[in-house]
Amino acid sequence: MSAKIMEITKDDIDLTKVKPYGDTLNDGKMQLSFTLPIPYGDEADEAAKQLARKMGFSEPSVVYSSDLGVGYTFFTMYGNVNHTVDYTAIEVPKVDVEFMDKYGVEDYIKENIKRDVVIIGACTGSDAHTVGIDAIMNMKGFDGHYGLERYKGVEAINLGSQVPNEDLVAKAIELKADAILVSQVVTQKDVHIPNLTQLVELMEAEGIRDKVVLICGGPRLSHEIAQELGYDAGFGPGSFANHVATFVVNQIVDRKLV
Amino acid sequence: MKSKLNLNPEAISSARNAAKNIASETQGFIDRHTTVTVERTVARLLGVDGVDEIEKPLPNVLVDNIKEGGGLAQGAAFWIGNAMVNTGLNPQEIAEKINSGEIDITKLPIADNDEIFAKVNGIAKETTDTIRGNRDKRQEYIDTIGEGPKPYLYVIVATGNIYEDITQAQAAGRQGADIVAVIRTTAQSLLDYVPYGPTTEGFGGTYATQENFRLMRKALDEVGEEVGKYIRLCNYCSGLCMPEIAAMGALERLDVMLNDALYGILFRDINMQRTLVDQYFSRIINGFAGIIINTGEDNYLTTSDAVEEAHTVLASQFINEQYALLAGIPEEQMGLGHAFEMNPKIENGFLLELAQAQMTREIFPNAPLKYMPPTKFKTGNIFKGHVQDTLFNMISIWTGQGIQLLGMLTEAIHTPFLQDRMLSIENAKYVFNNARDLGSEIEFKEDGMIQQRAQSVLKDAEVMLKDIEKEGIFSTIQQGKFGGVKRPFDGGKGLDGVVEKSDGYINPFIALMLGGEKECLQK
Repeated sequence: MSAKIMEITKDDIDLTKVKPYGDTLNDGKMQLSFTLPIPYGDEADEAAKQLARKMGFSEPSVVYSSDLGVGYTFFTMYGNVNHTVDYTAIEVPKVDVEFMDKYGVEDYIKENIKRDVVIIGACTGSDAHTVGIDAIMNMKGFDGHYGLERYKGVEAINLGSQVPNEDLVAKAIELKADAILVSQVVTQKDVHIPNLTQLVELMEAEGIRDKVVLICGGPRLSHEIAQELGYDAGFGPGSFANHVATFVVNQIVDRKLV
Repeated sequence: MKSKLNLNPEAISSARNAAKNIASETQGFIDRHTTVTVERTVARLLGVDGVDEIEKPLPNVLVDNIKEGGGLAQGAAFWIGNAMVNTGLNPQEIAEKINSGEIDITKLPIADNDEIFAKVNGIAKETTDTIRGNRDKRQEYIDTIGEGPKPYLYVIVATGNIYEDITQAQAAGRQGADIVAVIRTTAQSLLDYVPYGPTTEGFGGTYATQENFRLMRKALDEVGEEVGKYIRLCNYCSGLCMPEIAAMGALERLDVMLNDALYGILFRDINMQRTLVDQYFSRIINGFAGIIINTGEDNYLTTSDAVEEAHTVLASQFINEQYALLAGIPEEQMGLGHAFEMNPKIENGFLLELAQAQMTREIFPNAPLKYMPPTKFKTGNIFKGHVQDTLFNMISIWTGQGIQLLGMLTEAIHTPFLQDRMLSIENAKYVFNNARDLGSEIEFKEDGMIQQRAQSVLKDAEVMLKDIEKEGIFSTIQQGKFGGVKRPFDGGKGLDGVVEKSDGYINPFIALMLGGEKECLQK
């Protein structure tokens, strides 16, 4: 028997058949937690395991379960996933620009746009959660990234919460906005979809859709959904003001909106 | 209580005094005005309920009829009393006849003032007796089956469907929750009416209706009796219908209400005249009903920075305290708000947070402080989120907070799942039990980081309050000095519902709820 120490190198990973990694390559280990509407007990654990097998797990084990108090049971489980994915065949639409930092954006505006860029933002419809739009727009910004209000060459106007789409469009026309940022935090039962769609329709009706960079953002939004809804870009969690600003200024130049 | 933070008592009383002057300066304005929702509240308390064929609440039908007839300045009680004298009908029947077009309430002959007053005051006394009965019932529950220790474990349900909410609320009760709040559907705060009946469709929350209140009250009483402790019910007394929600809550024995004097102005762009008049009557009702109010200072910190803006939270707490006192709310019912919202990356952020929480405790020693969990720096990393909540729970038990709004590991992802709530209750129970007497065992280093932090926040709040005192609250808000939000005196929603009272104005509930009842409240 060889005593050779096996070292896993990149080459050992078959990117066309990727599986979860626990502590050994291709062990397929995955953790799950969920609730079933059945009473706590051995039968409940068995039900959870059967469900996991149907999901493509082998050797499912319930490592913890507890009674939630209304005849429902909570489970924490581990199991080995049998499925694999082909990583090499994946293509995800992304905001495809090289992000600049605040100073980069400011210089870019000075050199290429040569006037103030007007960006208005709002939480629209019934949404009252301004934490996202505040993080992008307010002077202070978020997590050490200054907001658009602090950018030289950017005139940032945060209209706040529960702004009707009609008011937002009227304001965009009044201020000759270069870009509109819409934040949607409440997405329960997809309440944000008709609201976001209506804004696009209103802008088209007013004839300003082509003249404005239209962006939406929120914890449950992605670039892909945004594009499907007729937006130029969508920004999800982990986005900061400089990401949004880079996209806006690039679009202004690329689409000749200077 | 000896200050662990070596806070200067003179700075505290000077800040409190400035806040007192700020609140009393606007009380004259408040006393001279009424609003459509205040008058609809009077109608509700006089027994008007139900909706017309297009789901418009009868209190709105009645008050709109008064408003269209130019009679709002005398108040709904005057017109209802007058109609009672004229027709011999009760207020509900009068509202129904207005709806069917058989009565135009301001066109009836004007009866004798004393007779009008006697009619409405009689019913008003019955209503206040009912509310007093609810207060007694709550106390009886607490005396017989008991209540959980403070900090009360406060969880939210928010499914949009009252029946689904009940499943979740009962589960939370069995898992150990002391307070269950039913989050309102997004945008209800901007409705100038209160929806009716049981509701099953809401977004990010469930409509606050009197029937939903009743259903949830019953469900929590059931679980409370089963687990052997009183479980409190909380809702949202904010927006354009503050006093109406308060009245509904008083009638259905709610125990806790979100109720802030300035929140609607700053964060919902509701007109400042409207909000100040509305909050006053809503707080009179909450005070009388024994309801703990929760103020909304935590909201400042979701928009601004928890280190830089800590003093605005304290300043707002002082102002909320004074507005509450003017409306007859005792300190024991003032759940002044604050929040654990510092960036987790701050070195010694835990110490700063500890200083602020202890400071709030010492400045408002009798208030059941409402402590809000981390939300702004929750990322979707549920594992770290659970740790953030643990640190938050640690500070709460250490500094003796009153109401702990439990953080959820899935904050920033979705409204809580059944299992999320269980995990957060388990977390809080573990920390609270394991560190129960930490606060009485530990003192802080003299002139150390914690003491200095608390002292400097107090000092900044005092300076800010003195500025506002000089400037006046209306003007301060107009200039955007609060929460960084500018609101004009004549801007925002709901201004057209504000009128100046005329000489014959009647609202029998203010005297009944504030007047001779005060000593009864301060037991």
